[in-house]
Amino acid sequence: MIIQAAAAFLGTVAFAVLFGVPRQYYGLCGITGCLGWITYLVLGNLGCGIVPAALFATILVNLLSRYFAVQARCPVTVFLICGIFPLVPGSGIYWTVYYVVMEQYSDALASGTAALKAAIAIVLGIVVVSELPKRAKH
Amino acid sequence: MEEKRRKTEISDERLTLDPGEFPDAGLVLDTAMEAGHILLENGAEISRVEDTMRRISAYYGVREEEFFILSNGIFTTGGSSSDRRFAKVEHIPVQGTRLDKVVAVNQLSREICAGDCSLESARRRLAEIRKLPGKKPLTRIAASGLGSASFCCLFGGDLTDCAASLIAGLILYVFIVLAEHRLSKLLLNLLGGALVTFLCVVFHHLGFGHDISYMIIGSIIPLVPGVSFVNGIRDITDGDYLSGAVRILDVTLVLMGIAIGVSAVLTYANVLL
Repeated sequence: MIIQAAAAFLGTVAFAVLFGVPRQYYGLCGITGCLGWITYLVLGNLGCGIVPAALFATILVNLLSRYFAVQARCPVTVFLICGIFPLVPGSGIYWTVYYVVMEQYSDALASGTAALKAAIAIVLGIVVVSELPKRAKH
Repeated sequence: MEEKRRKTEISDERLTLDPGEFPDAGLVLDTAMEAGHILLENGAEISRVEDTMRRISAYYGVREEEFFILSNGIFTTGGSSSDRRFAKVEHIPVQGTRLDKVVAVNQLSREICAGDCSLESARRRLAEIRKLPGKKPLTRIAASGLGSASFCCLFGGDLTDCAASLIAGLILYVFIVLAEHRLSKLLLNLLGGALVTFLCVVFHHLGFGHDISYMIIGSIIPLVPGVSFVNGIRDITDGDYLSGAVRILDVTLVLMGIAIGVSAVLTYANVLL
């Protein structure tokens, strides 16, 4: 778990560097991504399925991004884009391609659907939080 | 919108000035457009671009303005029948994401609204922000390697897998830095996906790394279009359907490119192994 948390932190920071985030925000980006991934893992281990896990993790990432954005007086985008990266179903897309290549079409369908569901859960998470009132946004 | 403007006026001592002392409307709208241009180009969502442009023009006293913003262009008109007209269209091609510029413009817009910045210095600052140096290619290559290794670990790879991913991620970004502005987006991602898969197949063949799948998943992560994905969703939730749809289409095309690249090499490797 600690290794996973550290990897999520480092991975998020790496993307913060790739997207040119100013140096003083690296730590906050990393924390956002790390806590989002831990939520996803814990919920997944509790047996609550990919969709709710991704949904709640996205909501947490979103709320954290907003909180940090207000605290650090900078756009939400900075934390949201980096922090959400671990949740984006990159692996689901890979498995879909992999199974198609291996001609295991039912597995391909299953992982494709799972990736799509996770993506929709992320969309829902972002929508839910953006419906909350935007006080102190600017 | 009216309400927002009124709020700005109350907090703004300058509005006690004679309307004649406000700066030229054309210049103000041009400045607002420059700010919008930088934001849009570097990965801000549509509503932020529009909000910033409105704030800037409202602060400098422009009342009759209309902005229409798409994911790759800004249309601005200003003036009224009694006033001089201003109209400008800018085409803004999609560029790399530079969130530092978004942060800088956001900061400038705050300062303008707080009354700490004259129009001339705002224009100067915008020109500086535009030239803000990016991260060095070497830093970005290192970040890509680190990201690949971390994500390989997240998705279940062991230590050797991560090491292989790290190297594949480094090489991938060297390729991206070299080819970035020379290839079309689809081709860049297709070749990127193919390159990474090829490297991982070779590493695996040499006994470096245990599970080829985790190695590939980790190393293709720098190609995944996270910015367009998040911004597309946010644009759609804000009601900017056209821009949101274009961004989601962009995500789909990029993912397709990666998928084709990966599957092409995997198919071939499958025959070999």
